[in-house]
Amino acid sequence: MLVLTRRKNESVILNENIEITILEIDGDQVKIGIKAPKEVEILRKEIMVKIEEENMNALKGSHNLKKFF
Amino acid sequence: MQIKTRYHEEIEVSKEEIIYFGSGIPGFPEEKEFINLSLGSNSPFSILQSINTEELGFVIAEPFSFFKEYEFELEESVITQLKIKDETDIIVYSIVTLGDSLSTSTINLQAPVIINKRENLGKQAILNTDKYHTKHLLTTKKQKVREG
Repeated sequence: MLVLTRRKNESVILNENIEITILEIDGDQVKIGIKAPKEVEILRKEIMVKIEEENMNALKGSHNLKKFF
Repeated sequence: MQIKTRYHEEIEVSKEEIIYFGSGIPGFPEEKEFINLSLGSNSPFSILQSINTEELGFVIAEPFSFFKEYEFELEESVITQLKIKDETDIIVYSIVTLGDSLSTSTINLQAPVIINKRENLGKQAILNTDKYHTKHLLTTKKQKVREG
């Protein structure tokens, strides 16, 4: 992983068209701003992980559908 | 071609039926080709089956059949990826996690599966919202209010 040190109001640029700015720092919370083209998907990682886990869960169910439908 | 399926044994599939998930499905990024297997024309349920992996078959349902008020806005990224030109081109499904019975089964409203039927493109979109989560009960139990 690339590690960079940034101060408040400083940014990093990804792939020429995505800008991530540190807006606010408060204890262990950091507020970041992301400027990106509309087609770029931005997700909070914990939501992504939750969806992955639920997809795994969905495959653990019964193979016998007859008793359901 | 013949494919093995989780719920329907071996079946014949034509190329035109295949729905392409460009970035796979969360948890299964390599799985990019699925078909939608009906469970009968009257059923709100069907199966989203990988054509390459037998075990990978999700029970899916039309969420609006169960949650009339369900609504969300599609992100521009999804519209672009799925080449959606018209709202009527898309079908929305939600993945169901079966419990021991339907009353303990849940539906994932936070990550709807969007299919552009015109282009045969699909994606499980993830909603950046707290309004919906991954485990809504399929059958709404009527809450009994106890007074006193």
